[in-house]
Amino acid sequence: MASPTKTMAMSATISATISGVITRHGRKLVILIPLIWLAIFFLAPLVEMLQVSFTTARRGVPPYDPLWSLGEDGFSHNFNLENYLLLYDYLPDYLGPTLNSLRLAFFSTLICLFFAYPIAWWIARSDEKMRLILLVLVMLPFWTSSLLRMYALIGLLNPNGFINSALLAIGVIDQPLQMMQTDFSIYMGMLLTYLPLMILPLYASLVRLDDALIEAAADLGARGVEIFRTVVLPHSLPSVLAGCLLVFIPAVGEFVIPALLGGPEQMMLGKVLWTEFFRNRDWPVAAAIAMILLAILTLPIILARYQDGRIDREG
Amino acid sequence: MAPFIRLNQVSKSFGPVRAVNAVDLEIDQGELFCLLGASGSGKTTLLRMLAGFERPDSGTVEIDGQDMAGVDPADRPVNIMFQNYALFPHYSVAKNIGYGLVRQGVSGQALQDRVDELLRMVRLEGYGSRKPHQLSGGQRQRVALARALARRPKLLLLDEPLAALDKKLREDTQFELVSLQEQLGTTFMVVTHDQEEAMVLADRIGVMDQGGLVQVDRPRTLYEKPVNKFIADFLGSVSFLDATIKSQKNDHVQLDMGGGVISALAEQTFDKGDDVTVAIRPEKITLSRKKTSGNCLKVTVEDIAYTGVATYYRVLTEQGQMLKIHQQNSPENAPLDWDETGYASFQAQHTIVLTG
Amino acid sequence: MFRRVPYPIIWLGILGFGILYIPIVLMMIYSFNDSKLVSVWAGFSTKWYLSLLNNDQLLAAVGKSLWVAVWAATISTFFGVLIALAFTRFGNFGGRLALSVMASAPLVMPEVVTGLSMLLLFIAMETFFGWPAGRGLDTIIIAHATFGMCFAAVVVQARLRQFDLAVEDAARDLGARQPQIFLTITLPMIAPSVIAAWLLAFTLSFDDLVIASFVSGPGSSTLPIVVFSKVRLGVTPEINAIATIMIVMVSICVIGGSLLMSKRNKHD
Repeated sequence: MASPTKTMAMSATISATISGVITRHGRKLVILIPLIWLAIFFLAPLVEMLQVSFTTARRGVPPYDPLWSLGEDGFSHNFNLENYLLLYDYLPDYLGPTLNSLRLAFFSTLICLFFAYPIAWWIARSDEKMRLILLVLVMLPFWTSSLLRMYALIGLLNPNGFINSALLAIGVIDQPLQMMQTDFSIYMGMLLTYLPLMILPLYASLVRLDDALIEAAADLGARGVEIFRTVVLPHSLPSVLAGCLLVFIPAVGEFVIPALLGGPEQMMLGKVLWTEFFRNRDWPVAAAIAMILLAILTLPIILARYQDGRIDREG
Repeated sequence: MAPFIRLNQVSKSFGPVRAVNAVDLEIDQGELFCLLGASGSGKTTLLRMLAGFERPDSGTVEIDGQDMAGVDPADRPVNIMFQNYALFPHYSVAKNIGYGLVRQGVSGQALQDRVDELLRMVRLEGYGSRKPHQLSGGQRQRVALARALARRPKLLLLDEPLAALDKKLREDTQFELVSLQEQLGTTFMVVTHDQEEAMVLADRIGVMDQGGLVQVDRPRTLYEKPVNKFIADFLGSVSFLDATIKSQKNDHVQLDMGGGVISALAEQTFDKGDDVTVAIRPEKITLSRKKTSGNCLKVTVEDIAYTGVATYYRVLTEQGQMLKIHQQNSPENAPLDWDETGYASFQAQHTIVLTG
Repeated sequence: MFRRVPYPIIWLGILGFGILYIPIVLMMIYSFNDSKLVSVWAGFSTKWYLSLLNNDQLLAAVGKSLWVAVWAATISTFFGVLIALAFTRFGNFGGRLALSVMASAPLVMPEVVTGLSMLLLFIAMETFFGWPAGRGLDTIIIAHATFGMCFAAVVVQARLRQFDLAVEDAARDLGARQPQIFLTITLPMIAPSVIAAWLLAFTLSFDDLVIASFVSGPGSSTLPIVVFSKVRLGVTPEINAIATIMIVMVSICVIGGSLLMSKRNKHD
């Protein structure tokens, strides 16, 4: 029977042991715990997905043949490139969404930059109080659900939405404008979703720009646009690139926006993947599309990492 | 009696940089020792080795007869008053001061009493519940001091203790620090780059350069009998003149300056014809229009700066060597003018003959 | 004088903010519309809020989302702090590159890819180990924690980078050891960033539709999944109402948090 004193002594020993382990192996634990978690739940899934992309779809659970099997005739594999060949055979069906993803993401990035730069400049040049207010205004949408913001946008752009109702009411138009399921609605959606992501790095860079540099340029005879072109823009260029990548990368793989706001003309890879998976239940093809999506994004992701490192070092 | 603190051939490298190089040092109990050096001289590394944050590559550190090898900073009888104080911003003044005591298992009334005692000692009664950001720079410095003294360390290390204070406050605090140290009898080791601070505070000063301890002496000895040009130049203002040995009798040497001959005091022995450097402090030279007996060099005034208390001259000897002279302003000393010729005279015991 | 911002810039800025806010504000206003039609303002009414209270499906989804988000955020924050510590304190440890790649890749991974790959792993694990048996809230929590920890790590890392290490040395000098130093000094000092990391991970989890859709099972539909299925059928006033409630709650948190932070910054 464990007496109370014994239990106390035991729990003291246990807690001493635990703190001893932490003191001695603290470093290793701090590194290994997240490393193992990420290896299991981030790396392993990607490897598994790569495998599945080479399997054959079937009816059943799971809806694909195992890649390796240990049957009566020994070790065998069902490795095939069929899914990728399938993507190739139906190239027009998949090329369109791929190009759409790149095109819509690219122009969305430019539009975000167009609106983000003035806002970032405005915030960076404001006094402390105004700056806080504007920053909160930028952060607020960032913290609210993008799904709900897209939903709110539908209410604005629908044929019977606010804009059409208002325009019809004042008689500017007599037919509702088709704004939903167009490039326009996609761009609006992207702008609503990603504008804060573009503003923040730009602001961080512009707020560090020394006033004296601008005054020196002015003192040496530069004016308005010239000052911008020769001093402000070169200073902020690294964060312009960083912000653009921050928007472009997730925009390429976007699902919610083309699903809710886009039509057949705005089919993007994320939505194709979703459809193959949920509607057609063709998991291997979905996995193959995911691999293609990753392949497309590899270059910008590497670029973004490099750019982040550069800003860190120079920052 | 064995020295209280003994460093024996202590070395430490960071990569290719030899931060501390074969340092030997002995400090007595109750001494106020100053480690003086420019940034990068290795003084901070030496301090961190005493505190236990760096492990020497070779050599031993002993405190009160105990070898400190393998002793964690948490267990050493050493505490630091950190540069910029490193106060815990989320704790009150009392909790900052009590932090080390709580780690020792002090609690309840005993803790309260000791913290109150320390607050009284640094004249911060009633400030116990404030947070560090609510204090002035001088008050923060005193909290850091009280926190570091709370565990009654055998050695207190003070890393640039006055650097963060403004000039006026610094002067007052210097003397407070000295009287506190005398009152407690704790061994203090101050690390600083400020030579004036070191001179005011220290019983003895160790000057560090490029990882080595160049000279350890009392402030006066360091100033008046520097062992080489580096020390002479590092402490205070000085002029160097090139000369050769003409003759030596006991500690009196005759030096050939090219134009004239001067006599000087030297403890070393020289051969006739040895090249030496003579160092002279500017305030030890008198500048006048009349030639005097004894050491006297004919000079031309190059530059004059009036500072109120004194006038600073830069003069050239006939051999073209530069000499700095600080002359008290008084009615007897009518100032010389630019380009005027005069005579710089000084006594033999005020010259320092250096070979390095 | 160059601190003055030119008017064209301010006008463009206001237009930008307008695009961000007009849809949301209109939606909030119309959540009080008596009519189901957006084109008609039929008078002020709170009936959609009341009907929310009777919508068991939505309420259950809110409960599930909160449960998932609280757990995911807590796990994320714990791991995020570890990752941030490893990167800011341990110099060049073995496995640094591996951890760095794995901890930053989820930040930029398309959600559809993360979701699909996670699901495939869960199915493979179930086949081999029998766990997790089917998909449910636990698989959503694991998936959300995995990408949430990467965001949490970024937030905490930013704070740890500007942390004065002398303060930890001081604690050690005064007789403290790890993990005591971490618990009494480091953690309280980085607490605001840890809270911010938790809130960010919570929000990411609470708002996530795509990953949750992949790794959820029957009966584990979170709020975004329910909202998404309803939105596809068109705009409904009940969604207006619940969106308004969520946005107001988030706004209070963000504005309160910002004011608190700016106050703190003033005396540091």
